[in-house]
Amino acid sequence: MQLEETLKKRRKEKDILLMTHLVLGYPSFEVNRRIIRQMVDNGVDCIEMQIPFSEPMADGPVILKANQDSLAAGTTVAACLEFGREMAASYDIPFLFMTYYNIVFKYGEERFLEAAKAAGITGLIIPDLPPEMGGEFMTMARDREIAPILIIAPTSTDERMAELNGWADGFIYCAARRGVTGKKSEFGSEFYEYLARCRRATSLPLAVGFGIQNRDDVAALIGRADMAVIGSRTIRLVDEEGPEAVGPFIASLR
Amino acid sequence: MTRKGFFGHWGGAYIPEVLHQTFRQLQEEYDKARQDPSFWQEYTALMANYSCRPTPLTYAANLSRHFGGAQIYIKREDLNHTGAHKANNVMGQGLLVQRMGKKRVIAETGAGQHGMATATMAAKFGFACTIYMGEVDVRRQRPNVFWMEKMGATVVPVKDGSRTLKDAINEAFRDWVTNLDDTHYVFGTACGPAPFPEMVSWFQSIIGREAARQIVEQHGRLPARVYACVGGGSNAMGVFQGFLNDDVELVGVEAGGHGLDSGLHAARLCGRDASPGVAQGYKTMFLQNDDGQMLETHSVAAGLDYVGVSPILSDLADKKRVRFESATDSEVIAALDLTMRLEGIIPALESSHAFVQAFKEASDLPNNAAIIINMSGRGDKDIFTIAHAFDDPSWKEFIIARADEYRK
Repeated sequence: MQLEETLKKRRKEKDILLMTHLVLGYPSFEVNRRIIRQMVDNGVDCIEMQIPFSEPMADGPVILKANQDSLAAGTTVAACLEFGREMAASYDIPFLFMTYYNIVFKYGEERFLEAAKAAGITGLIIPDLPPEMGGEFMTMARDREIAPILIIAPTSTDERMAELNGWADGFIYCAARRGVTGKKSEFGSEFYEYLARCRRATSLPLAVGFGIQNRDDVAALIGRADMAVIGSRTIRLVDEEGPEAVGPFIASLR
Repeated sequence: MTRKGFFGHWGGAYIPEVLHQTFRQLQEEYDKARQDPSFWQEYTALMANYSCRPTPLTYAANLSRHFGGAQIYIKREDLNHTGAHKANNVMGQGLLVQRMGKKRVIAETGAGQHGMATATMAAKFGFACTIYMGEVDVRRQRPNVFWMEKMGATVVPVKDGSRTLKDAINEAFRDWVTNLDDTHYVFGTACGPAPFPEMVSWFQSIIGREAARQIVEQHGRLPARVYACVGGGSNAMGVFQGFLNDDVELVGVEAGGHGLDSGLHAARLCGRDASPGVAQGYKTMFLQNDDGQMLETHSVAAGLDYVGVSPILSDLADKKRVRFESATDSEVIAALDLTMRLEGIIPALESSHAFVQAFKEASDLPNNAAIIINMSGRGDKDIFTIAHAFDDPSWKEFIIARADEYRK
């Protein structure tokens, strides 16, 4: 409940919340620190930290490359957990881990949850763990007040949305479109109808990600969702203009 | 919670939500096909007419005499259209695609055999076709790329990760989640999320069904042992299914590369380097580090150069129903050389792994016993790879001369 309450409280003060994403260890933990400081200083409401994996099946080229470069630079799961602890202790916003299931599985489900809990992490996003495969793990996470965050896709039926909502906690992550991360999404009536379906399926806050790139995209979500997720766009920005560009970019979004 | 899609501890469907409906539809079509006897009839008729099935079970008299033990029989999957067992799976899935009304197929390929087979099927059935192939494999299997393109497929070189089979699989999944309404992903081996391991094994079971009948016709009784190479595991699953319920020892041979202690191999079930993991949509034994990051693998045979293995084979290993061994690159070249000289048969480098283990054991068995080697594919179409592996001087001269000619 902790994450859901925090987000709902923040949402009372703002039209739309912002969640940002970064890949840990890319380009370095030191740059991650500077980026996160700018994100927090510019009003980001929640940060999703991706523990890199060698086979990031649901990610597009930008995040894929960030995963590979981070691993090539020697990033370990232990270093990511420690970095997460440092961030959660430093800032008063929710920090989440995003990763693929093998990272958790190999670390040990219970051991990973205990480590995340100790680090002050309040939610987990694992795109390749549907409830059919991870139901028990999701219950274990909830027992430790770590929210299992489930993803809904435009291909999910109403029935499926209801089922996913039954497992979810914290918020629901609505993928704006088919495909992988990092490509522009088109917002039209079909998209708004999809968001309305998501809204009907859950009382949890709705986050919308995949292809949110600018102020217009964020504005389009006001009144339709609770949180906009900025993913690949910041990674590309850091690649092209350096970490100092992140603050002004975040400030320009709302 | 459903445990469907698991074989013992292994398998499952660890897929992103966006694929949930697509997999449901696939599972339904597959279930329907399995319950419909006319589907298997249509499939075998197609394979007879288009792919020379049933493939022969060849008695290798000279090799049998050479080793002086068991009578050696070779199941000739090399005589399939496109030169490998891959055609069995691909044509079966092609029939399913027709039933699902989809118009485009995509596939990953390592050695190029599965890509070739998929491009062939797409041409025959009139589907659009895109093949994902690691950049490293594009370079080592150039002739297959040539043929795929000639048959109308688009071949996309994958430049991520280790630029081999596993990266091609990831990229194919990325295409699929983007285009799932009109596209079917023709998974090439008995791995991946359910129902692929079981479905691919079902299409490949045509090998074992034929072999079980043929060995009784020719030898008078079942074989003592059956050997198959194991990459993803589809040819092994194919032939093993003909003998699973019989008193026949089944032997899977993995890529030993430079040796099991070298770190340069692809042995998941017989070495000590693999551990349980979940990647590419399924749970099995993976070659990975302590953090769960996948390792680079090595084999002289591109088709065996893969981090995971069929979850069904992981289960059969647990149950000790299949024994797993490995063959090194140099043993493979020696076995290939001997088979060509004594039988005039050219196995693919992948298939030659099975020959290695059979040759090691043939003389331990009595003359009245038979063994079957599943020859999953032919080697002659991989002439560039094999000539390179043999380090053949006259071949090199030819290539240099031809290159000079093109440069003019």
